[in-house]
Amino acid sequence: MRFLSLIPVNLRRHRLRALIGVAGIGFGVAAMLTILGIVNGAIGMFEHILSTDSHYLVLEKNVSDLFFSAVREEDSAAIRALPQVAAAHPLLFGIVSSPGYPVITCFGVEADDPRLAQAEWRAGARADFGRNPGEIFLGARAAEFLHAKPGDRLPIGPVTLRVAGVLKLENGFEDGGVFLPLAAAQEFFHRPGVCSVLAVKLRDQAAGAEFRRAVEAAHPGLIALENREFNQSYQSFRILKMTAWAVGLCAFLLGGLGVANTMLLSVFSRIREIAVLRVCGFSERQVAALILGEAVAVALGGLAVGFALGAAVLAVLPHVPQFQGYVQADVRPLVVAGIVVTALVTAVAGAIYPAWFASRVQPAEALRYE
Amino acid sequence: MSDAREILVTARDLWKAYDGGRVPVLQGVSLDVHAGEVVALWGASGSGKSTLLHLLGGLDAPDRGTLQVCGRNPVIESDRLELRRRHLGFVFQLHNLIPDLTVAENLRVPALAVNQPAAATDRRLRELAEQVGIGHRLTHRIQDLSGGERQRVAICRALMNSPRLLLADEPTGSLDETTGDLVFSLLKELAARHGIAVVLATHERRFAEACDRRLRVRDGKISET
Repeated sequence: MRFLSLIPVNLRRHRLRALIGVAGIGFGVAAMLTILGIVNGAIGMFEHILSTDSHYLVLEKNVSDLFFSAVREEDSAAIRALPQVAAAHPLLFGIVSSPGYPVITCFGVEADDPRLAQAEWRAGARADFGRNPGEIFLGARAAEFLHAKPGDRLPIGPVTLRVAGVLKLENGFEDGGVFLPLAAAQEFFHRPGVCSVLAVKLRDQAAGAEFRRAVEAAHPGLIALENREFNQSYQSFRILKMTAWAVGLCAFLLGGLGVANTMLLSVFSRIREIAVLRVCGFSERQVAALILGEAVAVALGGLAVGFALGAAVLAVLPHVPQFQGYVQADVRPLVVAGIVVTALVTAVAGAIYPAWFASRVQPAEALRYE
Repeated sequence: MSDAREILVTARDLWKAYDGGRVPVLQGVSLDVHAGEVVALWGASGSGKSTLLHLLGGLDAPDRGTLQVCGRNPVIESDRLELRRRHLGFVFQLHNLIPDLTVAENLRVPALAVNQPAAATDRRLRELAEQVGIGHRLTHRIQDLSGGERQRVAICRALMNSPRLLLADEPTGSLDETTGDLVFSLLKELAARHGIAVVLATHERRFAEACDRRLRVRDGKISET
């Protein structure tokens, strides 16, 4: 396999062409890493919001998005009363706006909600949550970008609310969001007596199946899902993930075409040279391996560049004020492996025809080629 | 008088035409080449010398006829590969070196094809480069060499894997007279030193006359002179 030592030599000789190939794959890798990192991060944050101190989620059956789910108060109360249930916390999702910030996540929760208990209260007190009407509580990041502090009056949609507290939360959507007492949120969003989802903590997790049967028997319009099941089946997550992979694959397709173009140009401009290799004893396989090896080397270079570029973008994005802290990248090993495999497959696929063409070069004919 | 030396090339009744048979190039050519001899294929341009050389080296296949080179059939891919790797060396009119590689890198190419260890390769290429007087040029790029130097590198490359037969197609054709003489002498000297047979295609009488044997190629036919 010593003949493969020609690969770095050839890439060095045609460095501009090699760099174009590296850039093509690199941008594909960076795009895929960034998009998947952001999407998985967003999904992860959303999953975390739902799964805070709970085992099961109860929501409206066949709903297209959690924002449209409605679990009525009387159903919530009945589920709370089930013998398997240790605690159940209603959560009403919404989006509010403030001048200059059209999208701010809003959580309508009860005062005993575990996320309020787990937060670091930087101003105000948890005991005051829901005590006075017309009050709003801000995540620390939201307070930062809204330039709001306790006591300020903050325009939210058509009303103005008084900032009563600021709390630091780990989750980007929560930290960059606002909290309203559940009743106030129901009034604000015109959804009286309902929540989006009921997060249920069981006394004994082993009783999950029994709990699910009880809920679905008594409340035919509702469904109870384990957190893991919910994450796998929630249509919005699936659409987001599929979109991310589709966009990433498109980026790779362009990168792959770039590699194919680079390798074809490389082969066509080296016809005589390939003929010389054949005359010097290189087999068809060795010539093809050389071309494929160059493509793999370009892909490895592209992976290095792409991961560095993607990591840099993911490191910077959370600090961009316009993103309001909603970007928390989550790059999982499986995603990294997927990107590596995709990059290599793309590069090799792009080099198959050039490699085949190179291996078929007839020395006598090619040595006459100018 | 019969020649007891080993026969490296046996060609019988070789025919070759191009353009779907409309341009006949070789018409029933037969020849033998013995180990260690220097044979000239002498003839004008277009007489069929290069085509015959290409057939001997497996760069092209005859339309008809039988051919054995170093005990192998160059028409068969596996035999052809083995011939190019172990038994044959090629020198062309244009040096056909890889221009932006150094002399040493060019000389390593045949050794890479057979996975020869790096130390042995470097030993061999230094030895050959010294013999042809380019030992001081190993790290230079091909484009920095003169025509004569390039052809000497091409000869070294042809000898890298210690072939038994060297096929040289007008190796002095692109050189001036003095340099051409030097390269030809070098080729003969190296062939003698390494015990290699040479089949040299040339249109120049003086080189043909300096070979052990002259085969006149005219209108696709061959005759000993």
